Amino acid sequence: MRRPLALLAAGTLAALALAALPQTPSRAQDGETEKAIERYRQMLKDDPWSNPGLLDADRGEALWSRRRGPQNVSLEACDLGRGPGQVEGAFAELPRYFADADQVMDLETRLLWCMEKLQGFNRSDLLKRPHPAGGQPVKELGAIATWVASKSGGAKFAAPLGHPKEKDAVALGQALFERRSGPFDFSCTTCHAEPGKRIRLQGLPHLANPDEARKVIGEWPAYRVSSTHVMTMQHRLYDCYWQMRMPELEFGSEVSVALVAYLVNKAAGGEITAPAIKR
Amino acid sequence: MKPIVLALAALVAPAALAADQPAVDPARVEATVKAAFRSAPPDWQPRLIPDETLKECSATDNSPTAAQFEAIQKREAATIRYPDDGNFVGDWKKGERLAQSGYGLRFTDYPPRNPNGGNCFACHQMTRQEVSYGTIGPSLLGYGKARGTAPEALKTVYEKIYNPHATFACSLMPRFGTNKVLTVEQIKDLVALLMDPASPVNQ
Ligand code: HEC
Ligand code: HEC
Repeated sequence: MRRPLALLAAGTLAALALAALPQTPSRAQDGETEKAIERYRQMLKDDPWSNPGLLDADRGEALWSRRRGPQNVSLEACDLGRGPGQVEGAFAELPRYFADADQVMDLETRLLWCMEKLQGFNRSDLLKRPHPAGGQPVKELGAIATWVASKSGGAKFAAPLGHPKEKDAVALGQALFERRSGPFDFSCTTCHAEPGKRIRLQGLPHLANPDEARKVIGEWPAYRVSSTHVMTMQHRLYDCYWQMRMPELEFGSEVSVALVAYLVNKAAGGEITAPAIKR
Repeated sequence: MKPIVLALAALVAPAALAADQPAVDPARVEATVKAAFRSAPPDWQPRLIPDETLKECSATDNSPTAAQFEAIQKREAATIRYPDDGNFVGDWKKGERLAQSGYGLRFTDYPPRNPNGGNCFACHQMTRQEVSYGTIGPSLLGYGKARGTAPEALKTVYEKIYNPHATFACSLMPRFGTNKVLTVEQIKDLVALLMDPASPVNQ
């Protein structure tokens, strides 16, 4: 019974930590922000159940088993790669090739597919506003993804590469990672291809380096303190393209999947700790 | 005919790809990008298409061959437009605001509420007062003090901000002038920020 009580405390903890954050997280105050977040992370380490992201994982678990959508069925027949309804350890083996869809899918894209094909949800409705605004809770699909990822906690990334389309997705992801365009001429490599760099005061992981990728990729979906919600990996990429002055990245697009395949490939062997706590 | 064309394409595929990975057809990469950003309005389409320089930089992971390096610098230098009055220096106070501002051209910035910023502090240390600076670019602290205010020095900085590839092919820095992120007047204000002896950069 410890868990629900501790989860109630989570909201209070989050509020406390945020009260300690300066309102404008730029300029000299950024150092203070970093310190407040570090204190908050420590509090969460002392009491892992106080992670607000777990509330979303719980919501996701309930959504997974509830009959929903025009077909009024649950997601329990959804095959995440280990067979219908098999959730434990599934995230550690994604992205992977799915014969029924004849394409490689990451967790979020696969959930989108199951919600459309099994539950009968309208795909374009699901694509309309897939990510939450700051302060809003993660969307339903993201909550389910958070729960599914948490069910691989402690496992190590081992996405299969046996199918040619799986290898191809990683190669496409690398080409996209290095591809520059847009009015700022940015690519992912502008910000993530050297160790020890930062933008303003935000550290930039060198994601093309397996050691650094293994440290951070398994943290997603993650509770993001600065926007007070869970952010999924596809949301993270959407936000990086926003910084790159590119248009809105379509949820479940081949670009999203290929980049996730590339990042997870770099992080192979890294431990899954989702939902973790980020800045 | 198609298999032959594909085989040829494979022969000239960029060497940057790791040997254990299949090469990706560049045309397919472009089609994938177009599909992933299909909600982009017509006037955003150019953002999806890399020009010749960006294509060469991406394909070599920003390490062009010596011949490409020369060609890129020549091509990019030709895009630079200079101030009509021949004066490269504006107002450093305006320049400092531009260097701080990351506003502009993001899909949440429409309709525009402010002028575009240069976001220079995201990548460069520039003044002692601002401790929240990034490290993707070199420190520019004391930049003008070290270079003086001779016309040639002012022109060089103007060119750097207008188009960094003109002197360093495949620079990670945005082409602020060529890409129409900043106006000529704004670039002059940034030259002032870096070169004016009164600017906080040179204190
Ligand atoms: C202009 C700079 C910039 C570019 C370009 C950029 N990113 Fe990022 N990225 C960031 C910043 C800043 C953060 C950390 C944000 C934070 O601290 O909240 C980040 C975070 C991330 C993370 C999470 C890392 C972690 O610590 O857990 C991933 C994954 C990522 N980016 C992938 C990408 C990919 C893929 C691309 C290209 C599509 C890309 N980024 C392009 C700036 C950038
Ligand atoms: C995304 C990162 C980034 C941004 C944003 C950026 N720069 Fe740079 N800048 C660099 C890099 C990397 C270099 C080194 C390579 C080169 O010289 O092109 C550089 C070099 C320079 C240099 C030449 C330094 C020297 O060694 O002589 C100047 C001057 C400069 N930047 C000014 C600016 C100004 C002014 C702005 C804002 C309008 C700006 N930069 C924005 C990354 C950036």
